[in-house]
Amino acid sequence: MGNWFVNNWFSAIIISVWMGLNIFLFVWFYFVYEHGEEFYYTRHLLGRCSRTMRKQLDKNLTFHKLVAYMIALMTAVHMIAHLLNVEWLNNSRQGVYDNLSTALSNLEDDTDDSDHRTTYLNPIRKNDIQIPTYFVFTSIAGLTGVIITLALILIITSSMEVIRRNYFEVFWYTHHLFIIFFAGLVIHGIGYIVRRQNKESYKEHNPLFCQNRTEDWGKIPECPIPQFEGGPAQTWWYVIGPMVIYLCERLLRFIRYMQNVQYRKIVMRPSKVLELQLVKKGFKMDVGQYVFLNCPAISQLEWHPFTMTSAPEEDFFSVHIRSAGDWTDKLIDIMMGVDGPFGTASEDVFDYEVSMLVGAGIGVTPFASILKSIWYKFKDNDPNLKTRKIYFYWLCRETHAFEWFADLLKAQEKEMEERGMGDFLTYKLFLTGWDQSHVNYVMVNVDQETDVVTGLKQKTHYGRPNWDKEFEQVRKENPTSVVGMFLCGPEALGKVLEKKCGKYSDVDPRKTKFYFNKENF
Amino acid sequence: MGKIEWAMWANEQALASGLILLTGGIVGVAGQFRGWEFAAYSVAAGVFVCLLEYPRGKRAKGTSVERTGQYCFTVCVKAFGPLTRNYYVRAFLHAAICVPGGFMLATVLGCVCLGIASLIYLAAAIRGEHWEPILPRKEVRKPVAESIKNPPQNPPPRPPPEMRRKQAKDLESAAYDNPVSVTADE
Repeated sequence: MGNWFVNNWFSAIIISVWMGLNIFLFVWFYFVYEHGEEFYYTRHLLGRCSRTMRKQLDKNLTFHKLVAYMIALMTAVHMIAHLLNVEWLNNSRQGVYDNLSTALSNLEDDTDDSDHRTTYLNPIRKNDIQIPTYFVFTSIAGLTGVIITLALILIITSSMEVIRRNYFEVFWYTHHLFIIFFAGLVIHGIGYIVRRQNKESYKEHNPLFCQNRTEDWGKIPECPIPQFEGGPAQTWWYVIGPMVIYLCERLLRFIRYMQNVQYRKIVMRPSKVLELQLVKKGFKMDVGQYVFLNCPAISQLEWHPFTMTSAPEEDFFSVHIRSAGDWTDKLIDIMMGVDGPFGTASEDVFDYEVSMLVGAGIGVTPFASILKSIWYKFKDNDPNLKTRKIYFYWLCRETHAFEWFADLLKAQEKEMEERGMGDFLTYKLFLTGWDQSHVNYVMVNVDQETDVVTGLKQKTHYGRPNWDKEFEQVRKENPTSVVGMFLCGPEALGKVLEKKCGKYSDVDPRKTKFYFNKENF
Repeated sequence: MGKIEWAMWANEQALASGLILLTGGIVGVAGQFRGWEFAAYSVAAGVFVCLLEYPRGKRAKGTSVERTGQYCFTVCVKAFGPLTRNYYVRAFLHAAICVPGGFMLATVLGCVCLGIASLIYLAAAIRGEHWEPILPRKEVRKPVAESIKNPPQNPPPRPPPEMRRKQAKDLESAAYDNPVSVTADE
């Protein structure tokens, strides 16, 4: 637990502050409605009232999901509360409850004054038998409420992991219902439905004194007819800021979209991997960042994220795209427009003295970018490079996928040897999908200098890595360093590595410490 | 959107609708709303829909992920054979179930959501999808080949001794690579 906190203290603080604000607002408004004098009669009609808040923030996925859960929870609470409210208000109108409720509900609407103040308290005006459903569907709050809750439910069901991972388009298009959601949310409260006694009336008519004298209202000086007014819509205060920021971002993306992108080189790699090298004027990137690609020929609306495999020092940027669905399949035949770069965790690699990089299959792409960048930094003796040792682990099922990356590793291997820097980069390749024919082939060629699969000096390992052994080795070779662990690969592996980082980190600050960072789409 | 299996989304939507119907029904009954009989019905309907939709079907293409503990439900649902396998049946069933929910405010949302799920199931049925249970795979042992019982009696044929020795000058024609150097001088 201690280790988790040391690794994630920043996120933990942000989330605690946000939750704290939510809870504060919830409780604050709860008390406003619970104890405010102007709501005394309102409370009487209703019994309880609660207010829901939610805030929207930036693009961090986990935070987005947390906010989504909070919205869903608050929507449920809000809806149930209003279901009860509407039922009770309706009953009150029918005269089902005590005298005071009936008297309050019978207050007429007096719209003589020009500043649009109305006298009544119970928002349900008609007293012939009316069902709550009718009221809900004929008021702005009710109608928008139902519509946006429906939109929210559709968004949630299409965002479930099964749908998101396997039928991305459904998730993507349905998610745009959020536009309806926020539009409806902002106008949800403009009907002034929740009403309270206004200040002037409160001075003249004290509820505590007058509540039992309903027959005398308007007849005795202490109790003139009480006057009420509706509360204004307030949600837009919270939503307007983030909405403006989001609109700006979309606008910026659109502007960038209009700019020209040129193809420098397009290479088809084995295992249906497409390498695209592109050039865009004024394009700047950092290692491990990703871009969104759009191909109007495939779909006008879809933008898909890809990590860049080129280094910032190069005069072009490249992405390697694996065939993984409708869109990528079509793309492997067609050309596109580009937007980006966006950042992720990999940029932190150079801040650590020692880095352990683990890439599973196509997950090696951010590290391709990093290795190339390291290459350039070393050549230029960049003083900003804190890293002095990198361990790179590549896990892959089949051999074909190695080949496009093999060029890079071969070139690096050669140069490192020439400069006597063999120690800087240690890489281990793990072939997890081996079978008997591999074994036979390897047994026959075991004495060769270069590996039979990749042609590299470093031999390929078969099967999955023994992480305990790897961590022991890193710890032994770097007894006093801070080690950053970076993973681009499956959840399950992430959990294993996170545990190992915790297990092998020493509380003693002079000894080795492992910090876990993960990138996952 | 060519490869999408609508049934997967319909299933998520229907499960959510079941829960919403259930919640709305509970509120209606607990609050003793007017028309609480519809709420009571919704509780039962919600539970039924949840039980029916909890076991996820097998995907036609790709790996299917089970929901936790769904095996018992899978067995029950499978027992109804064509009634649960066919998505037309499900579409009409959900459409019918959702109607009474529309008569009371608390359950209106559940009604509409289930209606939407019914429509998505209809789309799935039209595209020819159907429900397959996710069952644990039975491992089939490959039968051991007969040849393993009869090892060869003779060694394999080898080329004559002159050819077998590695010629230092003529590596190309050597029959094989020797891991250990054969010349005494090195």
